[in-house]
Amino acid sequence: MDFKDSAEQSAFRAEIRDWLSKNATPKSAAGGRKDQSEAYQDAKIWYKKVADAGYACLNWPKQYGGAGLSDIHKVIWSQEVANYAEPDGYFVIGIGNCGPAIMHFATEEQKKTLLPPMASAETVWCQMFSEPSAGSDVAGLRTSAVADGDNWIINGQKIWTSGAQHSDYGVILCRTDPTISKYRGMTMFFIDMNQAGVEVKPIKQMDGGAHFNEVFFNNAVIPDAYRLGEVGGGWGAALLVLMNERLAIAGVQPDGFPEFLKLVKTLHIDGEPISANPAVREHLAEWYYKHAGIKASTNRMLTAVAKGGMPGAEAALGKLVGAVMNQDIANYAIQLMGDAAAICDPAFAEQQAHFQKTVLFSPGIRLAGGTDEVMRNVIAEQVLGLPQEPRADKGLAFNEIPSGNQSR
Amino acid sequence: MNFDFSEDQKNIQEQARSMLAKECSSASVRHIIDGDQYFDAALWQQVVALGWPAITIAEKHGGLGLSYLELCVIATELGRSLAPIPFIASVYLGTELIKAAASPAQQQEWLPALASGDIISTVAISEGKTNHVDCLVSDNQLSGRKSAVLHGMIANTAIVSAKNENGELGLYFAELSDSSVSRAPQDSLDPSLPRAELIFDKTPVIQLAGQTPAASALHTLFDRAAVLLAFEQVGGCEAVIDMAKAYTTDRYAFGRQVASFQAIKHKLADMFVAKELAKSNAYYGAWALAADAPELPLAAATARVSAIDAYYLCSKENIQAHGGMGFTWEFDCHLYYRRAQNLSTLLGGNPYWKGLLVDRLLAA
Repeated sequence: MDFKDSAEQSAFRAEIRDWLSKNATPKSAAGGRKDQSEAYQDAKIWYKKVADAGYACLNWPKQYGGAGLSDIHKVIWSQEVANYAEPDGYFVIGIGNCGPAIMHFATEEQKKTLLPPMASAETVWCQMFSEPSAGSDVAGLRTSAVADGDNWIINGQKIWTSGAQHSDYGVILCRTDPTISKYRGMTMFFIDMNQAGVEVKPIKQMDGGAHFNEVFFNNAVIPDAYRLGEVGGGWGAALLVLMNERLAIAGVQPDGFPEFLKLVKTLHIDGEPISANPAVREHLAEWYYKHAGIKASTNRMLTAVAKGGMPGAEAALGKLVGAVMNQDIANYAIQLMGDAAAICDPAFAEQQAHFQKTVLFSPGIRLAGGTDEVMRNVIAEQVLGLPQEPRADKGLAFNEIPSGNQSR
Repeated sequence: MNFDFSEDQKNIQEQARSMLAKECSSASVRHIIDGDQYFDAALWQQVVALGWPAITIAEKHGGLGLSYLELCVIATELGRSLAPIPFIASVYLGTELIKAAASPAQQQEWLPALASGDIISTVAISEGKTNHVDCLVSDNQLSGRKSAVLHGMIANTAIVSAKNENGELGLYFAELSDSSVSRAPQDSLDPSLPRAELIFDKTPVIQLAGQTPAASALHTLFDRAAVLLAFEQVGGCEAVIDMAKAYTTDRYAFGRQVASFQAIKHKLADMFVAKELAKSNAYYGAWALAADAPELPLAAATARVSAIDAYYLCSKENIQAHGGMGFTWEFDCHLYYRRAQNLSTLLGGNPYWKGLLVDRLLAA
């Protein structure tokens, strides 16, 4: 048991440290929070810079725009770049989820054409699984793809699509046969987001931002060459994508603790440091051991990955614990600051209004990518092996499943 | 980075697990709880024969000279099986305190008998409901009363905290077979690891004469033991998660497996999450302990707080998952619940360790 790099890993770390010191923006020099389009442009510039230096998608093969290195090199990169104020995780969904789907199912020619610009973020990708009537029950999706000669015609609606408004391409899961069981009647495709019949509408969220979108398909025609995997093989393909997502987001889920610790070290009540307050100390201890436990769990998972394993369903733990903790910490920080905490002006509020922004944004994190409740089911069923609940859709064809008043 | 135990260490754990599955059934734990023995002497002899008390004792002192990592994997299995033996008292506490506070000559004298299992040791620190030390040593003779001493009825020797005539805290080696020592069992929460009262009346003692002052030797002991106990606690958590899973999967209500209800699944998922956090924090503590890293104090406090919370949660919700049967003497749920309580009180409970954790975090 140790945290040492191998000689080769150590040399690699030194190399990227050197590169980052010359090319990345230090945290101390970072400006304030940026608006959404500015942040997007900054991320595009950063990814291109990284790709030009040969550090994009380190664990991808070279011919597809990667560096031909291992998952552990990617981890070392993430550890080092975390010391800088660069948007290195901005396109994680496209690269981490859509990338493996293309890598696994596309033709050689498509891979050579599509993947290198994805790696450098010259083209941006989104993932379209969720629908208005298919959230936690994502296999209940209804967007249809109907074969028409060598083409498919797509109709329906996706929702909660991160970054769709910036995306050039998207991976989409469609219903290709509603007359058989829901898991067998789906197929995966990719689609040009700028083509006819595709319309993106940002969703204004409760925090005022617009990170997610609705995407409408109205007789959007795509060639059969855009199909990823077998007709009817969409669910298996989706599971593969989601399994890769676990690795892509390992250790990047914020839990809010570093910001809380920083705040506690600066606040005073009646001249006394707030860290002397017994109630605050109780929270510090509990949130710290959870924060440390998530970090150590991630390190255990990465060790298993380095030995050739894939992250298991236990990776759900980081999100389950971290997301609600992030929300609770933001709420508690606001309680600590009293009236002043009601002010969202980043020029006035502590840490550029981090806590005010987080208290309003964090409810979404507990829902996105699997709700807290779905994560508990995943752990219960896939890790502990507990039985599924009896289901009303079992053994039925998709178009016979009760759907209440939700339109089909 | 290699944040895992080695294949050799995992093999040791696997062997320990299968030995204890055979030799330390819940019937044998109940034999201690319900009977008039204070520990399972036959199991202790097996553990001694396997060399477990000798793991971290240096070869020059008759030990195996292995790392704390080997002890951590053993601890997990002892916790899982509720082993009713003085391993915590003699190995994590007595032996470790001698290593931390005794002079090289004293270690040479005392450690070989601990390594061979010829003697069982314990530590006697607590005197009552506060952490005051009233025990007094004068002219190398100890007088006073210690309470809640783990395995105090059967230990051959104890390291006792006491003050000298100048009011200075010291640690003293006492032979408990001396006629000046009277011992009495105390009814305790977890009779599988029983406690006793020790009364010393001018008992001849030898002061531990290492370089480290007594107070800081005790801190070192507590940090090391906190990590080892965390592994015992994680083993206990895993045992009760398995129990809850088996019971709710076998039992039917409303025409279906109880484990298929989301209320039960989410309960078990929360138990698993708490256990995993505790396990990962214990791993980090194990690394810091084995590497003697400066991170140990914070890592140990983190592992301890995480493990106390996790074992309490898992052991109480295991009772809940068993319904009424969980509240019976007959079912084993209470054995783990009692053990969780017992382990949380050793070395000071959660509020004490949360305080240490925060002090160390803010100082880091």
